[in-house]
Amino acid sequence: MRNPQLNEKGELQHLLNVEGLPREHLVRILDTAASFVGVTEREVKKVPLLRGKSVFNLFFEPSTRTRTTFEIAAKRLSADVINLNISTSSQSKGETLLDTIDNLAAMHADMFVVRHAASGAAHLIARHVAPHHHVINAGDGRHAHPTQGLLDAYTIRHYKQDFTRLSVAIVGDILHSRVARSLIHALNILGTPDVRAIAPQTLLPTGVEQLGVKVFHDMNAGLRDVDVVVMLRLQNERMRGPLLPSAQEFFKCYGLTAEKLTLAKPDAIVMHPGPMNRGVEIDSSVADGGQAVILPQVTFGIAVRMAVMSILGGGSAGRSEE
Amino acid sequence: MSVALPDAEKVYTDLCARLKQAVTAETVMIGIQTGGAWVAERLHRDLGIATPLGTLNISFYRDDYSSSGLHSNVRPSQIPFDVSGKRILLVDDVLYTGRTVRGAMNELFDYGRPDTIELVVLVDRGERQLPICAQFIGATVSVPKGAKLDLRRDDAGRLSLHLEEK
Repeated sequence: MRNPQLNEKGELQHLLNVEGLPREHLVRILDTAASFVGVTEREVKKVPLLRGKSVFNLFFEPSTRTRTTFEIAAKRLSADVINLNISTSSQSKGETLLDTIDNLAAMHADMFVVRHAASGAAHLIARHVAPHHHVINAGDGRHAHPTQGLLDAYTIRHYKQDFTRLSVAIVGDILHSRVARSLIHALNILGTPDVRAIAPQTLLPTGVEQLGVKVFHDMNAGLRDVDVVVMLRLQNERMRGPLLPSAQEFFKCYGLTAEKLTLAKPDAIVMHPGPMNRGVEIDSSVADGGQAVILPQVTFGIAVRMAVMSILGGGSAGRSEE
Repeated sequence: MSVALPDAEKVYTDLCARLKQAVTAETVMIGIQTGGAWVAERLHRDLGIATPLGTLNISFYRDDYSSSGLHSNVRPSQIPFDVSGKRILLVDDVLYTGRTVRGAMNELFDYGRPDTIELVVLVDRGERQLPICAQFIGATVSVPKGAKLDLRRDDAGRLSLHLEEK
């Protein structure tokens, strides 16, 4: 079966998942993003690539940061952006997902950025749309959040360059985290030798070791000599049943404090996909400290999303325009 | 049919000599990646231009994006000075359709408003599709329509012209 993200010429048609993304495509996205970082520092922060194209942001799940950064990215590429908050619209009137898509396609949409609570929603849309439409997964259930995984990889490359010598620890609610899954796949594709998952058993997906990570339940042991610490948000809204005693208890065992951070390498960076729960998974002194690169992650996220959109949105001889 | 191409090193020497009179203390130079940037690197050094050299990668401004997609070799543009009010010598290796120069000018204006832009090319092969002309031309060459004329640089930094006929 053909990779659902690629067209028949092997070009990137949709971005649905980091898993299964050929390495050359992943590296190309990161390289292209580096050029867009420069664009966002200029007087005119726009390039004309998507002029005349329409990008529809379809958010079936609430999001501020991701939706905003996709919107900024599309606008900096000169696209027209239409934001649809579907949870308050057609779906509540009974329209199916694919009917919604067909209606938007009839409005001459070129690109769909989709966030949905159901895993696989973006895949479903990608299989349904005509070849000149492009779908970007902006988070589907617990499954994947590829642009976040890519921007995390970009951030790590920016500060640490060579993946083949790195130890990366991902800490916290890995069970509910599509961010963690996408990042683990990106780190594997880029040849990271040591990827660690630090979490209580109740917040780890079953079979997580098969993703090529080493599991630690003891945070102190897991943080030892790592180059990168990725803290995850405790996703209370996705938790069913008592997975944890309390937020205070969680912070005691798995919250990142300045003291615990000293176990990592002295030049280790601290990342967080946001939004942060200060005092739950990360202490304020670390979040605001010199090793945190949490705000640069947001800035790089725009460049990475510009890279993805510009790679998808361009024509090719085999990809007819209409 | 074989075409006699000029020696790029000799063309460069002539071009550089002619530019000497045109360069003032206010002149800044920008090369278009990749071939134009090679020529610009040499000119910038040989003409003793004080302001650091800029380079442009016009991939984000190409007019064939919607048919050919994004060029896979995108290196960042680097303009280490404010272009506003400057007298810019814009350097490319081969002037052909004029589309690259159009893209380069569009990009430059997103950095600011230059005072003047003058175009310097190592060779002009004609066949323009846009109303663009160069102010400084190393040599004019005639090559078969549709053939690919490329500038190459060897490890020692020597420039040479190559033709790929279709």
